[in-house]
Amino acid sequence: MRGKKLAALATASLLVLSGAACGSSTESGSGSASTPASTPKAGGAGGTVGVFTWWADGSEKKGLDALEKMFNEQYPNDKFENLAVAGGSGSNAKAKLASDLKNGNPPGSFQGHAGAELMDYIDADQVQPVDSIINGLGGSKVFPQTLLDRLTVDGHIYSVPVDIHRANVVWTNPALLKKAGVTSTPKDVDGWLADMAKVKASGVSTPLSIGGTWTQTELFESILASTLGADEYSKLFTKDGKWDSDGVKKSIEQYKKALTFANTASDGDDWPNATDMVADGKAAYNVMGDWAVAQFEMKGKKYKTDWDAFAMPGKEDIFDFLADSFTLPTGTKNPGASEDWLRFVGSKDAQVTFNKLKGSIPPRTDIAPTGFSEYQQSAMKDFKSPDTKIVSSIAHGAAVPLAWSSEINTAMSKFYQDKNTDNLVKAFVAAHDKYAQ
Amino acid sequence: MTVLVGPADATGPTGRAGYGNEHNEGDDMVKVRRWFPSFLFVLPSIILIGIFVYGFIGNNIIGSFAMVRTRSGRIKAPGGFQNYSSLIGDPRYQHALWNLLVLTVTFVAGTMFFGLLWALLLERGAKFEGLFRSLLLFPMAISFVAAGVVWRWLLSPATGAQAVGLNQLFQMMGLGGLQSSWYSAGRFNMAAMAIPAIWQLSGYIMALFLAGFRGISEDQREAARVDGATEFKLYRYVLFPQLSPIALSALIIVGHMSMKMFDLIYSIAGQSSYTAEVPATLMWTQMFQLNDPTAAAVNATLLLLIVAVAVIPYLIYTNRTEKGVH
Repeated sequence: MRGKKLAALATASLLVLSGAACGSSTESGSGSASTPASTPKAGGAGGTVGVFTWWADGSEKKGLDALEKMFNEQYPNDKFENLAVAGGSGSNAKAKLASDLKNGNPPGSFQGHAGAELMDYIDADQVQPVDSIINGLGGSKVFPQTLLDRLTVDGHIYSVPVDIHRANVVWTNPALLKKAGVTSTPKDVDGWLADMAKVKASGVSTPLSIGGTWTQTELFESILASTLGADEYSKLFTKDGKWDSDGVKKSIEQYKKALTFANTASDGDDWPNATDMVADGKAAYNVMGDWAVAQFEMKGKKYKTDWDAFAMPGKEDIFDFLADSFTLPTGTKNPGASEDWLRFVGSKDAQVTFNKLKGSIPPRTDIAPTGFSEYQQSAMKDFKSPDTKIVSSIAHGAAVPLAWSSEINTAMSKFYQDKNTDNLVKAFVAAHDKYAQ
Repeated sequence: MTVLVGPADATGPTGRAGYGNEHNEGDDMVKVRRWFPSFLFVLPSIILIGIFVYGFIGNNIIGSFAMVRTRSGRIKAPGGFQNYSSLIGDPRYQHALWNLLVLTVTFVAGTMFFGLLWALLLERGAKFEGLFRSLLLFPMAISFVAAGVVWRWLLSPATGAQAVGLNQLFQMMGLGGLQSSWYSAGRFNMAAMAIPAIWQLSGYIMALFLAGFRGISEDQREAARVDGATEFKLYRYVLFPQLSPIALSALIIVGHMSMKMFDLIYSIAGQSSYTAEVPATLMWTQMFQLNDPTAAAVNATLLLLIVAVAVIPYLIYTNRTEKGVH
C-alpha cells in the first residue's frame, strides 16, 4: 500500500511538473511573438474550454448563459463547459479553484477580480500574460488606458475584463431628503456628513444604512478615495504608501462620524438588507456598488423618483472600479480554445449582451449606450469622461491582493467595536508593511 | 458500556464451541482462523483511516514546521517551533482562544443543563412524551449552516426602532430591557454564539440521558422507595451515579464539537469577523484568504492538541472501565 501511495504521489508530482513545464513553454511562446502571436482560427481552435466562475445565480447566471449560447455559435469547433461554483460572493469558488490549481488541474479559464487580486496567481505562476489578446482586441484604443494601467503587473496584462462595476456610489431616498430640506448633492464628504445631520434632525433615526464587514470597508474606501484624491489613494498600495498620513486619519474620523448616523449592523449582515432600508424609506443613504440597481428594480422602485444615486463627492470625480475578468491558466489542456474564449469575452458583441443582462457596464469604450438602462448610461458616461479618475476598490480585490484586503476587513471589523482610530491606523500600517511590494 | 461488550462475547466462544477440541495440534491455525477474517474485514478502514486521517495529520504537523520564504525573499514563516511561538504570541490568536473558551464553557454548560432538565421532565412521565421527545430532537436534524442563516437574523444587534429578530420579540413582549447586542459586542460576546448551538444539541443530550434512565431497572427504584428514600435521595444516590458514564460521554461529545465549531460561526458572523473569531475560523482565513498555509497548519495542530487534552483522558478512562467489566 505504501508503495502504491508513493507511486500515486510520484505520478501526481510528475503531472504537476509536466503542467508547469508545458505552461512555461507556452508563456515564452506568447512572449516572443509580439502582436498577433495567436492568430485566431475561424470557428475556434477546437477542444473543450471549461470556464470557471461564481456566476451561478440571478442576473449573473443569465448573462453567462447568454455568453455560452453566443460562444457556441461563434466558435462551433470549441465546446463550452460551465464550471460555475455557487455561493459566498466567490469565496467558495476561490477555495475550489485554489485546490484545482495546486493539483495541476486548471480550468480552461477562470473568473477573477481584475487587478491586485490576481497577484497571488501571478506570483505562483498559475496564470499567463494575455497581452497579445488584449492587443488583438484593440488595446488602449478600445479599453481606457487608466483601466489598462490598473490591470498591468510588471509590464504585462494577465486578464481580459468583461464587466465594470462602480463601488463608490451613494444611493439615496429622494423623499426623505426632500423632507429634510436637502436639495443639492454635497460637494465633499464633510458636506455629506452635514446633510446626514439634517436628515437625522428631520426625524429619521438612521440616515445611513450599513451592512456587514465588507460593506463597511467599501464605505470607508469610498470616503478615503474622495478625501485623498485619486493619486494619493492609489499610492497607498505601492511600497511608499503612507497609511499613517493625516489624510488617512482624517478619512477615518469622517468614517467614524458617518457610523454615528448608521444602523447597528452585525459582521455577518449581507448588503441587500442595507440597500432595502433606502428603498423602504428607513434610511436616506447607503453606499454600495452599482449592482444595487438590481435590488431596487426587484422591489419595483423607479430611478430618480423612488431612488437616486450620486458618486461619493470629494477632491475630484472618482470612479472606484472593480471588474470581473478572465484569465489564461498555466498548463490548461486546450490553450487554443481558452484563447478563443478570452477573445470572445473581450469582443464588442459579448460585452454588450453580457452587461445588459448583468447590470454592469462594458469596459470597452467603443460601445454605444443605446439599449442600456438609464443608470447604466450615466455610469458609462462617467467611466469614459476624461475628468473622471479611475481608482481600484479595496473591498473587491482590485487594489490589493486577497490577503491584504482580508487583513483590512479584519481591522474594520475590530474598529466597528472599539472605534479606536490609532488601532486602525496601526493595523493598516502593519498590513501595508507585510504585503506592499 | 455493557452494550459494547455484549455482541463480542456472544459471537466469540459460543459460536465455535467444540471446534478447537477436535484439532488440538492445529491450535495456532485456529487462532489465525479466528482473528484473520475479522482482520480482513476491518483492513480497508484501517488503510483508509491510516492514510486519510493519520497520514494527513502527520503531513499537517510536518507542514507546520516549514520555513517559508516568498519569491521576493521575505520570510513568511521562520520555521520550527518559532512558527508556534509567533502564532501563540499573536494577539489575534489569543483573542480567538479567549472566544473559544467562552463559547465552549457556555455551550457545554447550557447543553448539559437543558439536556438533563428535559430528560428528567420526560422521565418523570410527562404526557405526550413521544411528541416532546421528537420536538426537542428536531433541531439536531437541521444543519448548522441552515440554522446559522436564521440565527444571524435572530441575533441582530440592532435595538430600538430598527430592532429585528430576538430584540424585536423582546420589545413586543414588553421586555425591552432584555435587548442585547448578542455576539456583536462585549468581552463575553461568544456566550451568545452558544445559544444556537445549545438549541441544536440539547435534544441530543436529552436523548442520551433518557436512554440512561431507561437502562436502569425499575427494581432499583422500588427497592430504594421501600427503604424509605425520598424522590430527591433516589435521584441523588441511586440514579445519577449510574448516569455518570453517560454524562462524561456527553461532555466529551459536546466539548469537542464546540472546539472545532466552524460552520455555525461562519454562517452567522460571515467571513472576516474579528469579533466572533475562533481558532477554527481563523484557520480558514489563514488558509484561503491570507494565503498562509503554514500558519493554518500550526493553528490546526494546536487545535488538535487542545481537543486531545480533553479526549485522551476520556479514552483512557473508558478503556479502564471496560477492562474492569471483563
